Amino acid sequence: MKKIEAIIREERLDAVKKALEENSYFGMTVSEVSGRGKQKGIPLQWRVGEYRVDLLPKLKIELVVLDEDVPAAIDAIVRNARTGETGDGKIFVLPVENVVRVRTGDRDENAI
Amino acid sequence: MAVNAGDTAWILASAALVMLMTPGVALFYGGMVRRKNVLSTIMMSFACLGLVGLLWVLYGYSLSFGADNGGFIGGLNFAGLMGVGQEPSSVYASTVPHLAFMIFQAMFAVITIALITGAVVERVKFSALLIFSALWLTVVYCPVAHWVWGDGGWLASLGALDFAGGAVVHINAGVSALALVLLLGKRRGFPGEAMEPNNIPMVVLGAGLLWFGWFGFNAGSSLASDGLAASAFVATNTAAAAAAFTWMIVSWFHRRPTVLGTVTGAVAGLVAITPAAGFVPPLAAIPIGMAAAIICYYSMVLLKTKLGFDDSLDVFAVHGMGGIWGALATGIFASLAVNSAGADGLIYGGGITLLKQMAGIAAVGAYAFVVTWVLGKLVDITMGLRVGQREETVGLDISQHGERAYGGLLR
Repeated sequence: MKKIEAIIREERLDAVKKALEENSYFGMTVSEVSGRGKQKGIPLQWRVGEYRVDLLPKLKIELVVLDEDVPAAIDAIVRNARTGETGDGKIFVLPVENVVRVRTGDRDENAI
Repeated sequence: MAVNAGDTAWILASAALVMLMTPGVALFYGGMVRRKNVLSTIMMSFACLGLVGLLWVLYGYSLSFGADNGGFIGGLNFAGLMGVGQEPSSVYASTVPHLAFMIFQAMFAVITIALITGAVVERVKFSALLIFSALWLTVVYCPVAHWVWGDGGWLASLGALDFAGGAVVHINAGVSALALVLLLGKRRGFPGEAMEPNNIPMVVLGAGLLWFGWFGFNAGSSLASDGLAASAFVATNTAAAAAAFTWMIVSWFHRRPTVLGTVTGAVAGLVAITPAAGFVPPLAAIPIGMAAAIICYYSMVLLKTKLGFDDSLDVFAVHGMGGIWGALATGIFASLAVNSAGADGLIYGGGITLLKQMAGIAAVGAYAFVVTWVLGKLVDITMGLRVGQREETVGLDISQHGERAYGGLLR
């Protein structure tokens, strides 16, 4: 089992969600995050002068899938989150030791 | 003279309009600070409604409008509203109850102190600010209000014009704010760290309430429901419009037409028209407002960006410089045809009026700066003006008030 953490542009969420759902990955957790990378930030204005906001708002999608499903899930995310500009985000894949479904107590593969 | 129903209705309504400006300032300022200081910033303004609302009826009104002492300060003959009743005063606003004039004036004192707080937000100790405010009302506001508006006040006798408080409210507040900034120093992290406004829509709401309330402030200062009130009303709106529009263009010229800048422009225009509203023809409000936006904008650039003063919410740039420009503009554009109790300004051949305005600016500015500095120093030595490093870092909402503006995880 692997956990996929994908940092994406806010406006790409719907497309990514839909593509994952079409590949039958329905469950996910989405949170609002701030971060920085090659995009470097954007300039904003005060009353006078400007300042640089280098932590930009992004969304983080977290989902846990079987090892063999990882390439398909990553592919769905990359195809739908990409614009080609800096700031498209990153995907991290982490090993998962255990999964427990709170309602039933089911474990691991049965709980994904 | 007898009480006039129309005049009384308008003055009472105007007092209510000016009252609403203080919560307006609270929101205007509150939206501009960081999230951890929004409540403390709002509280600094709102607390003035409590503190000054009490002190004014107890003795503040009397020190400002009581029997003259050498042109400098009023006596205590109106202390505790003694002799201030339902009949008109013998010298002020002769067609409305003395009580109505008194409470209208109360709201000006409240908002003047609220305005100052914008310079010291995010680092001033609340208890120290309250003590300072009480002292400042007594030793700065009341005398200056007496000079300009009191019967026998020396600036009034000189013939300096201040229709609705350009000197008493705005120059007074702006210059005092600057003195406090010099005493208090910068916020931790200024100017390196970006200190992002937590809620610009709240700033817009506050500016909207200010603009609305300003009709009471300026048109109410006619002290009658008459043609002069209408003229001041139109001048007020026109100046705000001209300044908001001009600031927007200047901001656009520097990059983008910002919302924060545009509403700040409106306030700068309202400040500048304040002393002039009932003395100048309504169309003079266009150059007054346009110049106000440009003067206040570049004052901000100079003070904050170039000189590095942390006048956090630009009180001196907007109220000090806007007020000074307004006082000068009154000396330029005033016309006896608009208000026979006024004077002709420079463009109508009354150069002497402009000189009197300069005297007024210098006197109020110098007095406010020096006395505020002394009062601030006094409070600083005795109880400390500034919060500790940890309190500042945590934020004043929690460290001063034990509250936070935006709640926890559970919705």
